[in-house]
Amino acid sequence: MSYWRKTEQARTILVVLAVLVVVWEMSVRIFGIRSFLLPAPTIVISDIIDHPAFFARQSLYTVYVTSVGFFIALVGGVLAAIAIVSSSFIDRTFYTLLVATNSIPKVALAPLFVIWLGTGGAPKIAIAAIIAIFPIVINTTVGLRAIDNDMIDLARSARAPRWDVMMKVRFPNALPSVFAGAKIGISFALIGAIVGEFVAGEQGLGYVILTSQATFNSTRAFAAILVLGVLGTIMFFMIEAVERWMLPWHVSQRSQKGR
Amino acid sequence: MESESVVRSSDPAYISINDVEKTYAADESPIPALKGINLDIAAGEFVSIVGPSGCGKSTLLKCVAGLQGVSSGSISIRQQQVKAPPDNMAIVFQRDVLFDWRTVLDNVLILVEFRGLRRQDYEQRALELLKDYGLDGYAHRFPWELSGGMRQRVAICRALIVDPDLLLMDEPFGALDAMTRDDLNAELERLWYETRKTVIFITHGIDEAVYLADRVVVMARNPGRIAEIVPIDIPRPRPLSIRQTEEFGKYVQHIRHLFASMGLLKAE
Ligand SMILES: Nc1ncnc2c1ncn2[C@@H]1O[C@H](COP(=O)(O)OP(=O)(O)OP(=O)(O)O)[C@@H](O)[C@H]1O
Ligand SMILES: [Mg+2]
Repeated sequence: MSYWRKTEQARTILVVLAVLVVVWEMSVRIFGIRSFLLPAPTIVISDIIDHPAFFARQSLYTVYVTSVGFFIALVGGVLAAIAIVSSSFIDRTFYTLLVATNSIPKVALAPLFVIWLGTGGAPKIAIAAIIAIFPIVINTTVGLRAIDNDMIDLARSARAPRWDVMMKVRFPNALPSVFAGAKIGISFALIGAIVGEFVAGEQGLGYVILTSQATFNSTRAFAAILVLGVLGTIMFFMIEAVERWMLPWHVSQRSQKGR
Repeated sequence: MESESVVRSSDPAYISINDVEKTYAADESPIPALKGINLDIAAGEFVSIVGPSGCGKSTLLKCVAGLQGVSSGSISIRQQQVKAPPDNMAIVFQRDVLFDWRTVLDNVLILVEFRGLRRQDYEQRALELLKDYGLDGYAHRFPWELSGGMRQRVAICRALIVDPDLLLMDEPFGALDAMTRDDLNAELERLWYETRKTVIFITHGIDEAVYLADRVVVMARNPGRIAEIVPIDIPRPRPLSIRQTEEFGKYVQHIRHLFASMGLLKAE
């Protein structure tokens, strides 16, 4: 029973998706929509099945850009948050700037990165990282600050060094927020990778979408989008799995342990 | 039983609280939490503090601990003005303040880590303490797998692990059932008798305050102040059964009357 209930959300999503695909397929057939406008799902899926090596290679590149960008954002973001919380100077300067620039659409910077870093993997990774770092820094900073005063008093009562207070009290306490930021960050990193490939790509799923559009190959574009959706979902749930493994103590995880 | 300061004149006060006032800044009007607090505590003395909710007991404790500054007056420990938490002090907070991400054993050892001591040297002692406090077999569980009373006992073990000279306890047994409370009272009395730590013990339980203390400080509120200091001349060691004696009852009655005169309790 517990397994049935645990998977309820996943089942709901699958049912909704299945219904959507069926409706899509039916409408394309019934209304005779031409395939360069909207290809039927069966055609899209068979495109992927017919070219497994091609899609694998393109996906791998996008996954590579996304993961490296995300990893840089995660490490950089957490370190930046620790610096922000430790130093009121960095808080007033860097963090204020960060919050102020948060509302600027970062994808607008993509062409600049191409000018700065050329057309290889570097500018794409940079765009993925710069977009992903915002939610990670902001969430982690909030998490590091949201600390029970008594916990800090306990540490102070034992004259704990500042570093201990950070690493043994504030940081573990902030981990749920770090993960919340990371889950947004991974999706952002994927967006960044695709934008990078749009702007200056020779490979990757973003590049596939762009070139398919140029040749009116909608089937190929839809196939790439479908693969992107699956990849994004897998990466998101991988972070969730790490969270569940690392934070068995957190309220959001406890009920699922079910002892 | 009127006696403002019964410091044994031979030993200088270990803790000396002089004319302490503490006002919390608030938006509309500042909150006067403590006013005109004078109290000397001798080394190895057990002092209980009782008083109505909001009379500033926790505030006073935090000032003594050096976790909060006073607005005026001064507090010194061993003739040293308290500006930061003193050496060799441990606190049991009103709430247990356990770290959910650490096991029970790791929670007990946290103060050892904070003080930069070697964990290995204290692990055995930690396990023994947990056993003494009825937490045998829970060392590797997490705090959220424990009941409220068990959590509070972990917090007590955590304070005792570093063997502090000065033990500050803020309603440590407030969340416990009567039987466990009796057990831990007896345990604390024995601990004090054997180690002669200086203890400040805040409680709402008059029985508990009298049973444990050399002196009971009765506080009143608005503003938080000392209403009376009641010396408890009951010989030690004190078995729990001493609470049934007439002498014990007289002390409890006296404090009850004090509260009654503040309009907090109905006199019998
Ligand atoms: N951090 C704070 N900021 C502002 N006011 C505070 C703060 N801490 C306590 N106070 C105020 O100071 C007064 C005394 O609070 P304190 O916690 O010391 O009372 P207490 O005697 O410990 O009460 P209780 O028995 O309920 O624990 C209260 O009026 C409270 O509102
Ligand atoms: Mg209190």
